[in-house]
Amino acid sequence: MNVAPFIRTRQLGKVNVDTVTLAHGGGGKAMKDLIDDVFITAFDNHALAPLEDQARFDLADLAMHGDRLAFTTDAFVVDPLFFPGGDIGELAVCGTVNDLAVGGATPLYLSCAVIVEEGMRVATLRRIAGSMAQTARAAGVHIVTGDTKVVQRGACDKLFITTTGIGMIRKGLALGVDTARPGDVVLVNGLLGDHGAAILCARGDMALDTLIESDCACLHRLIDALLTAAPGIRFVRDPTRGGLATVLNEIADASQVGIEIDEAATPIREEVKAFCEILGLDPLYLANEGKIVVIAPPDQADAALAAMRAHPLGEGAALIGRVGQTEAGRVTMRTVFGGRRIVDMLVGEQLPRIC
Amino acid sequence: MKYLDEFRDGNKARVLIREIEALVSTMTIPAERPLYIMEVCGGHTHSIFRYGLEGMLPKEIELIHGPGCPVCVLPMGRVDDCVSIAEDPNVIFTTFGDAMRVPGSKKSLLQAKAEGADVRMVYSPMDALALARKNPNREVVFFGLGFETTMPSTALTILQAEAEGIANFSVFCNHITIVPTIKAILDSPGLQLDGFLGPGHVSMVIGTAPYEFIASFYKKPMVVAGFEPLDILQSIWMVLKQIKEGRADIENQYARIVPDDGNAPALQAVSRVYELREFFEWRGLGSIDHSGVKLRDGYVHYDAEQKFAIPNLKIADPKSCQCGEVLKGVIKPWQCKVFGSACTPETPLGALMVSSEGACAAYYQYGGVKRYKEAV
Repeated sequence: MNVAPFIRTRQLGKVNVDTVTLAHGGGGKAMKDLIDDVFITAFDNHALAPLEDQARFDLADLAMHGDRLAFTTDAFVVDPLFFPGGDIGELAVCGTVNDLAVGGATPLYLSCAVIVEEGMRVATLRRIAGSMAQTARAAGVHIVTGDTKVVQRGACDKLFITTTGIGMIRKGLALGVDTARPGDVVLVNGLLGDHGAAILCARGDMALDTLIESDCACLHRLIDALLTAAPGIRFVRDPTRGGLATVLNEIADASQVGIEIDEAATPIREEVKAFCEILGLDPLYLANEGKIVVIAPPDQADAALAAMRAHPLGEGAALIGRVGQTEAGRVTMRTVFGGRRIVDMLVGEQLPRIC
Repeated sequence: MKYLDEFRDGNKARVLIREIEALVSTMTIPAERPLYIMEVCGGHTHSIFRYGLEGMLPKEIELIHGPGCPVCVLPMGRVDDCVSIAEDPNVIFTTFGDAMRVPGSKKSLLQAKAEGADVRMVYSPMDALALARKNPNREVVFFGLGFETTMPSTALTILQAEAEGIANFSVFCNHITIVPTIKAILDSPGLQLDGFLGPGHVSMVIGTAPYEFIASFYKKPMVVAGFEPLDILQSIWMVLKQIKEGRADIENQYARIVPDDGNAPALQAVSRVYELREFFEWRGLGSIDHSGVKLRDGYVHYDAEQKFAIPNLKIADPKSCQCGEVLKGVIKPWQCKVFGSACTPETPLGALMVSSEGACAAYYQYGGVKRYKEAV
């Protein structure tokens, strides 16, 4: 996308206090100063600059990227706001970029709505906005509209961010969760469970210190390379909440196929395995923020793997399982031990076992 | 992972399975029923399902999933008591994670938390004590739950609280003890068990001597087993060997962790802090004499039962729920009237459906391979 240079017609406001108060959500000068100083300064781009109540796009410009619009939204409430490998701002950009990209869309524009709990330090908010801006810039997307609300202490947990994204799907692509066929293969782009484990550790409830970092990353370029090399790919999804197990169950159910994965081939970091072992958790259900699950027809498996492995975010790509004819709707795993277990949907949250 | 992968080696498993098959082929097993081996401990149940062991064993062997999941045998009335303590606005109620979802007669701790009670998940009772230090104006109650495995850590936490003079900490003691429970199962009419896999973690604390009566009086073989899949297979082989040779001994497969005499400092802490209750109510099994412990009189100021007016009501298990029969191995989980219909992990009626160590939840989630084979 071409970003034309622009000339700003007004002076941006400045925040002169350390802490966000209800005054910053009141609609007056304090709010304008906060938005100007924290968000506009960070996100600066030509669509945002006029500060209208909406961003405006030229349809012909959009149409250059594809023939269908992709539109998605996601809310981010992660606690803690900063964690090893990322922060809520980076997550809010990557999450929505990835939700567009897994549908085969080129991500173009994001919105950003924040709900701030009064008492948050302006410097913290500035750091998060900076992180969003940096992530968006690196991903080649623009944050073009937004909203800021401040709520009373206790009405939200520090900071909630909602991002909505628009992207364009290129002609000819038709990825779908219901398109897996017997004989297809299941691929992932690398180590699973890092984000979930990193967040659980960072919360500090578990009294475990690890070096595990979140895998938070924008995956659209990896997916673009993948779809270019293997245009017959049936389906791509990012296994966020609920992890690999949940995505595979969704595919098995929607496509009415059986899926069997191989525990020995499923890449999971030793530290994550050990972490799960200690707490009685199952890494198949841990969240990821920089991973994709791919269903590919067998004749394109090699091309898909090679394309992913050629990209920095896909170096650890692996073939982890196959789609089968029998047991429609069921996901199973061949264990390292030679047994076979069912991998079902999780009912609620995973809770550590007592002993 | 070091010290784990070695015990999950598929090639060694195949060798062991062949050994088990060879052993079984030399035994005379009546046609009416397979050999029933009960794994007492929920940790074993979990491993058996996680590694798909049931489907690997010859059909002459059937595993019965015993009562050793402390969350599963928790009666509804006790959950109600927890909720009642937790709903005191001055209380921070702390618990192990998997007790959060156990249904009480009205609600679970998870629901009480959603409605405003300050319920927090901890990984160790020491975390609860740390919360008490940090919140001197609130009473921090730890839900002491589990067999001898977790009993010492609760005891040591109470001793630590005493040493530091922390007054705003107490324990709602629901610790239970395994031996009277095994005895109750062995005494139950219509029992059909041929041997036991003994609980590994409990035995790490109490040793193997307390099980002697199982061999000497009830003439049943027991092998104290580790939790890795190879441990379990080897232990099954050892039980079979005893049956074949007409022996009933207490053997220790988990000797790398379990000393025959147990852990002396842990046992000292346990006997210093707790005494046996006359009886304790178990879900599905009813009241079992001397099967629970409470804090000794010297520790009343750490005893939540003394600090709070606890309703202590006995709530009958739902009539349709057959947890007791499943626990005793009389029926299989899927033979229960409500399994998978009225009782699911989402809306558990019986506690066996709650914890991932509960036999019903394990069958539901990991899918009992044998049952599954029948269904196809």
